[in-house]
Amino acid sequence: MSMPFYVAPEQVMKDRADYARKGIARGRSLAAVLYDDGVLICAENPSTTLRKVSEIYDRIAFAGVGRYSEFDQLRIAGVRHADLKGYSFSREDVDARSLANQYAQILNQVFTHEIKPLEVEILVAEVAEDPEIAGGDERRDKDQLFHILYDGTVMDERNFTVLGGEADAIAARLDESFAEGMTLDQALRAAVKALAGSDRTLTSDELEVAVLARSNGRRAFERIEDERVDQILGAEGQ
Amino acid sequence: MRFPLFTPGSDPGPDFAELVRRAGLEPPVPPSPTGGLLDPLAVTHGTTVVAVRYLDGVVMAGDRRATSGNWISHRAMEKVFPADRHSAVAIAGAAGPAMEMVKLFQLQLEHYEKVEGSALSLEGKANQLGQMVRQHLPAAMQGMAVVPLFAGYDLRRRSGRLFQYDVTGGRYEESNFAATGSGSLHAGTVVKLGFREGIGRGDVIDLVLAALWQAADEDSATGGPDPIRNIYPVVATVTSDGFTRVGEEEVAGRFETYVAEISARARESRRVPETSDLGGADGDSS
Repeated sequence: MSMPFYVAPEQVMKDRADYARKGIARGRSLAAVLYDDGVLICAENPSTTLRKVSEIYDRIAFAGVGRYSEFDQLRIAGVRHADLKGYSFSREDVDARSLANQYAQILNQVFTHEIKPLEVEILVAEVAEDPEIAGGDERRDKDQLFHILYDGTVMDERNFTVLGGEADAIAARLDESFAEGMTLDQALRAAVKALAGSDRTLTSDELEVAVLARSNGRRAFERIEDERVDQILGAEGQ
Repeated sequence: MRFPLFTPGSDPGPDFAELVRRAGLEPPVPPSPTGGLLDPLAVTHGTTVVAVRYLDGVVMAGDRRATSGNWISHRAMEKVFPADRHSAVAIAGAAGPAMEMVKLFQLQLEHYEKVEGSALSLEGKANQLGQMVRQHLPAAMQGMAVVPLFAGYDLRRRSGRLFQYDVTGGRYEESNFAATGSGSLHAGTVVKLGFREGIGRGDVIDLVLAALWQAADEDSATGGPDPIRNIYPVVATVTSDGFTRVGEEEVAGRFETYVAEISARARESRRVPETSDLGGADGDSS
């Protein structure tokens, strides 16, 4: 019978974190930016069928980077959680913060107890209600971006956030061009420019773009079609 | 509430009803029929709804009355709902289970769309509703029947389609129109006589309003327009642009025209025999 070697807990955690980070860095990045009508989520994704960005609930969207099968499983669990909660209580009671905390619990649990951590970074975004409807409820009158790491760390981001291996470099570029109250066109151009960097140009074929728009009514989530993306990106030079 | 994560082997897939069961939120199972019949008169019932196919899609309409036996329990109950963007569902029968069925059906369609990433086909939606009606059969046997109508715009075939059900969950696609509920016989006849292929939006709305009016005229459980309280039947269209509820003002206006028309007709025709006229010489008021 072999005896397991003693490994310091610090080392175990570090190894797991490295493993997860490496897995995440293999995939491409994604940026979420607040604009005047809600939240724009723009992902670099050459596939037109395997989605990184999707709808969770009326005003909540999900986005993930890293290993597709893992974040897609989390996405479906999120849809189920939100739909069940809305069914047993009320649609108003479904919020991003509670969902983000649930995700954090799961990711943390897997990170510390399972053999392999999840190689994902996820985003839970919620668009604010119209100020008139929100009626001064401060949970509902601000757009929210929750960025959750592979180990369950939750970050409540303002204005924009970037997920993925090159997050820091992209976030730095996005910081330069971000301004509060941008239109959808401006926000999309800023996000794409930041994702591409100085030596590449991205076209709609390599992008997946979706918004949570206040003006859409109950179900705020909407995918922006490739043609429209090309239109917006093409109009830049004029 | 537990976070709904499942192992691959026990995953409920895009089935929301199954998910609800797994989460332990299933509504209580109705007692077996041997447990004695519930007095059907004590249960609130909704009544007449109709659906008609027209040029751009389908129109669906329902009166607003709910009754418990001979009582009017609600005057403003809605029985026509959007099922999702391109379909509508209308209900007749026991109001409580019917509302629950609609809520679950709406959630099921949305849940499927979100989990799978694409919406069910119209046929798939119709079958789904049929299954829900079938599951409700034990309660229907106890006098709490729910009989819905389902209609929608089929984006693949580019036309409106409508479906009728029976209490056993039997699903019947109708080509032109369908009606269900206590006043359905009268409403259905009016639609049957007024329907023609290629009927337009304005005409078809007038037709369903006439159908509801005539149903309300003959059936005490069906409510007519109520200008005093400003309550009018719910009318909705489903076209390639999706579900749209016809504005209350438009419905009120069309009713006004219709009522003026039938009032004029009534004035021209003979009055009903007067009951006080007992000694009538003609003898035809036997």
